[in-house]
Amino acid sequence: MTPAEAARAATDTILADYTSASSPGLVVDSPPGAGKTTLVVETTAAIAGKGERLMIVAQTNEQVDDLVDRLARRAPDLTVGRLHAEGFDPPERVRRHDSVTTGSKIAQVDGCQVVAATADKWAYVADRSWRWAIVDEAYQMRSDKLLGVARLFADGHALFVGDPGQLDPFSVVDSERWTGLKWDPLQSAVAVTQRLNGLRTHRLPVSWRLPASAAPMVSEAFYPAGGFTAGTEDGTRRLELTVPGLRSVWDRTVEIAASTGWALHELPSRHTVRTDPEAAHACAEIARRLVQRGAVAHDEHGSHPVTPDRIAIGCAHNDQVAAVRLAGPPEGVTVDTANRLQGREYDVTIVLHPLSGRRDATAFHLESGRLCVLTSRHRHACVVVARAGIADLLDHHPMSPRVQLNVPIKFPDGWAAHHAVLAHLENYKA
Amino acid sequence: MSLLHSYVKVRARERGRALPRATVRHVHLAEAPMVFVPLRLAGEAAAPLGAMVGTDPRHPTLLVVPQPRNRDLRFQFLADLGAVLLPYIDRISRQVETVEAKTPFERCLDAPQIVVPSAGGVEFTAKLGRSSRFRRTTGPYAVDPAVPVLGRWLTFLAEQSEFAGSSLMVAMTDLLTAHWVTGQSAVEDGDLAALLGWIDPPEGMTGAEAAALADDPLTPPAGPDTHPEFDRQELQKAIAHYDETGSTGQVEKALDGQLRPTWDRMWQAIGLLSALKESPGATSRWERDRVHVAMHRAWIDGGGLPQGKRDSAVAAAKRLARLEAAQQSFEAARAFDDPLVMAEYRADGVAFAGEVVAVDLTRRIVPPGGKREVPRPLVTIETSDPVRLSRGKKVRSPSRPRQSATITSLSDRMITLQIDDGMGRGALPAEGSVPGVGTVICYTELDPGESRRAPLPPREETPWTHGGPPPEYVPTDDDAVEPWS
Amino acid sequence: MTRLDAIRGRTPGQDHNARSIAALAANPACDRRAVLDAAAIDKPLLMKRLRFDDRWGQSPFAIQRNQQFTDLVKANGAAHLLRLLRGLLGLPIEEAGYVNLEDVGGAEGHAARHGHTRRIIRQTAEGRGRATILDRPLLRLDVAGARVYLEPDVIAFQLGGMFHIVAIKSFAILDDQADTPKVSAAAREAAVYVHALRDLVGADLVSHDVILICPKDFTNEPTATTVDVRHQLVTLARQLSRLTRIDAILDRLPEGFSLDLDRLSPGEIEAAVAAVPARYAPQCLSACELSHLCRKEAHLNEQVDALGRVVRDDLGGIESVTAALRVATPGEPVAADQAEIAERLRHVARIYDEAVA
Repeated sequence: MTPAEAARAATDTILADYTSASSPGLVVDSPPGAGKTTLVVETTAAIAGKGERLMIVAQTNEQVDDLVDRLARRAPDLTVGRLHAEGFDPPERVRRHDSVTTGSKIAQVDGCQVVAATADKWAYVADRSWRWAIVDEAYQMRSDKLLGVARLFADGHALFVGDPGQLDPFSVVDSERWTGLKWDPLQSAVAVTQRLNGLRTHRLPVSWRLPASAAPMVSEAFYPAGGFTAGTEDGTRRLELTVPGLRSVWDRTVEIAASTGWALHELPSRHTVRTDPEAAHACAEIARRLVQRGAVAHDEHGSHPVTPDRIAIGCAHNDQVAAVRLAGPPEGVTVDTANRLQGREYDVTIVLHPLSGRRDATAFHLESGRLCVLTSRHRHACVVVARAGIADLLDHHPMSPRVQLNVPIKFPDGWAAHHAVLAHLENYKA
Repeated sequence: MSLLHSYVKVRARERGRALPRATVRHVHLAEAPMVFVPLRLAGEAAAPLGAMVGTDPRHPTLLVVPQPRNRDLRFQFLADLGAVLLPYIDRISRQVETVEAKTPFERCLDAPQIVVPSAGGVEFTAKLGRSSRFRRTTGPYAVDPAVPVLGRWLTFLAEQSEFAGSSLMVAMTDLLTAHWVTGQSAVEDGDLAALLGWIDPPEGMTGAEAAALADDPLTPPAGPDTHPEFDRQELQKAIAHYDETGSTGQVEKALDGQLRPTWDRMWQAIGLLSALKESPGATSRWERDRVHVAMHRAWIDGGGLPQGKRDSAVAAAKRLARLEAAQQSFEAARAFDDPLVMAEYRADGVAFAGEVVAVDLTRRIVPPGGKREVPRPLVTIETSDPVRLSRGKKVRSPSRPRQSATITSLSDRMITLQIDDGMGRGALPAEGSVPGVGTVICYTELDPGESRRAPLPPREETPWTHGGPPPEYVPTDDDAVEPWS
Repeated sequence: MTRLDAIRGRTPGQDHNARSIAALAANPACDRRAVLDAAAIDKPLLMKRLRFDDRWGQSPFAIQRNQQFTDLVKANGAAHLLRLLRGLLGLPIEEAGYVNLEDVGGAEGHAARHGHTRRIIRQTAEGRGRATILDRPLLRLDVAGARVYLEPDVIAFQLGGMFHIVAIKSFAILDDQADTPKVSAAAREAAVYVHALRDLVGADLVSHDVILICPKDFTNEPTATTVDVRHQLVTLARQLSRLTRIDAILDRLPEGFSLDLDRLSPGEIEAAVAAVPARYAPQCLSACELSHLCRKEAHLNEQVDALGRVVRDDLGGIESVTAALRVATPGEPVAADQAEIAERLRHVARIYDEAVA
């Protein structure tokens, strides 16, 4: 089977399973860039196409707007309601569609075949129910959020879609009060539902985003439960540097990344402040050289120049983002934290390694989801900027996770995932 | 934790004495706080060994369990503890006022405040509560009527202490580290004696010397765990003496020696805290504490059941929402009440302070979703703080907490805000409603207001995703007679 | 005599146990700890010779409670244990055969006991013999070239399947939860046994789910639960494979380096210990017998490590209290690689002083 056939087969199976209405819920695990949004849009079109009403729950306004836009383009005959908070102004990409109705009251939009909103907004909807529901980015959703909306489709059929490798939901409250409970509200929506119901889980098998150079490593390091392959073959994605380089260290890194899909830009070992100016400068400079070298991306759809908007720099902390911005990357390059890069896609990403320059590794920095997000946003190449000595740092800080009774352990372990990524990157050192 | 906090730690180390972390007191101190210093038997989950308790620093009540393995004696201890705590709780929360509101509610005029040495004390209190609230006062294993009531109050107080900013049950080490920064690590700050050594060392001693003294094994720990050497050298013999003679004297003497130093330190610490002026936020949080006490009183008086063992899905989600709201508003209120706390946020770039250098009072725009133009003046502030807020961020100022603003542009040292509300209904902003040029002002993303919480389904409508409706919890005979080791 | 034996000299060594091996992984960057452990130096004795107070004793009440509980679980041919294992692992009743491996028929010594354990376990693994519950086995593990004997509480054997390590602990499981640090420590320790047993019979015959037996609620009634130790096994294997680096550390020590506690004077001991660099953090205080010595040293050297890992990381590369304060003072010259932290520290120093004033 070609990747396209494998993906098609998986989608067909999921669609058939869901529309057979044999289960109150199904889970679809979708690795990075595996066509999650396409699946949501196709499923919606299929259900609504039969004249059924469907509700879509996503986690952020941006996610809802993206879905509504995609859906309206895919199925212009479908009426779509975009329910939003009061005072929120839906963006142009949503408002431009005649088939889309927007409103902050459910009565304004519930005549539509499809209604989409964030979980926060859905929680205020009362006295209505849907037979079909799709919960998007369900691994980012906290259990208590699901509790607030599940009554709307409790007698129907829910499709939970999301990426299990990304960051877990977060709380400012650190309490052991609910530890071990199957309905611990600090878990993800999928975790709680699965522990209580053991729903069937499907998996999208092909990443259309990650190139052949990245899919095997990301799959092995972060998705031990179910691997995936790249949708393109070796050599289909190429990064060409059209302008000759200088003999700078940045150029060397850019060249390795262009020819292999990976590069480790190593700085001398040193303990630094989190906002290590040298590392921030390196991130900015690599982005600059990439643009100046006239990088052109060749892929299965053709060729296009790698403009600044196709480049992202990812960090662990907000203050690092600020430091990188201060270091002056080319105008238009996205600089953001892992949390905010979730679900986004670029041609080239430059990653400030979460452990770079640190003396100690904390659970935050070792979290596998963070590293997974950072190393799985790219279509062509990923450059990791780091101070030397991270392997030693990891060995000096063996992950000794808190063990709690009746809490299922999580895979992958962040410590092991970090080791795996680092071992891989060793081969791409400038 | 912030860079500022780390820096102050280094400075305190150098100076040999703790430095302030707050300029006001962010906790309410009751007129008569009830100090409770409990000890437990090593190796047991919740076997009380003894406690010193009371509201008068000169006259503590000493309670002991002369043979901690004896179940009856343990419950006798709880009955004795109830005889001290329950009249205190009753007396102090007896008077209730009705607060006029859309839905009027009751509030106690005053509330109990239990102060324990450390977080371990709160945890042990919760366990004592768990071990006593289900007991029956009749039938097999009957206990003194005070025991189950005490268990419910201890459980209530320990649960309230999880809410940030509640003053009903507080751990002294937490209070002290919230108001002072020592020159030792957070781990070491967990020890009351060492912590106080840094904050208030004896005459002629540095903080480091006083803390070292406190670290000496001869200094009794603040509990609830005792020192193994004490167990071996003194306690074992004292208990054996009781077993032989039935006389509690030796155990009392031994435990008094262990508890008294901590007791004295607790009052020393209360003295230090009471010297700080109470913050407005602490006072209003105490009002909320008084509402909760009134609610719990009414629940018990109305024949309500004791608190269950674990939360149901809906109860857990509701509690989490309340805990998060309390945490967020407490953090913000602390910063709004105290420039020293705000400085930590400024150091981390989520707050900034500076002088207003330009104001555009005449700016009018049509806001999103609106139809007509309204005043949205711009205020530009010059700051040297390392700001890492981004455009579009909602901010507030401690000097104008009811007014919100949005960052419209940032450049090196210059930040421009749009004032969003609180300017009256006129075509131009009301006089004084917009900070003028030359004003020194601080803005932050923190918001002390309670955010709106989405409704959750009632327990009996728990959806299948969360296991469906759980059976109602009714304490059983099994709970009541749960045998003790 | 190996180099390590030479370091220890005539003083009797301190045996490794599962807890000490698990602790090796607690602060593997600490050379001091690595050398002392590898040379089997008696750390409590060392601290006593240097006149530090003993803080590592256990309360007689805790010891007694632990013993009582273990005895209860194992009483009457481990009747309680059998009942719990039947429930948890589905052991058929008639297959319950209890064997106490401590009885070696007079033979003394670790090697003999280990040999006996090995024979019985291999027989059991091969389906010969009737042992279901193997009590007091003696396992062996190579740690940095040294043979270490380990004594798990019991090994349970499930018919037709897997060996399970059983850990009997006297901390309570209250409403299905127990103290997280205690459970975590038990899991790390049990992982050492799983690792050692896998060495003996092969990885696929030993379950990564260990069985934890604890008192239930406030009672003495034992209850059983499983704990998945896969993460701990990965960590342990990696740490053990890296312990060979002890040679590299020894090479850096002075010629004739000795820590013969019986022979050296306190001053000499102190000097010898100081010759091996430590990596102190406040977390050591609850994990290592030497911690009070290292803390004193860290404070004498004004190391910011002593103030906690957060402080150390916040100060990004500045190692001492005086250096941090100097860098924070306006006008003081700073190295180029400290310009960033200097600017930030000066800012916080200024706003702190303003706010306090």
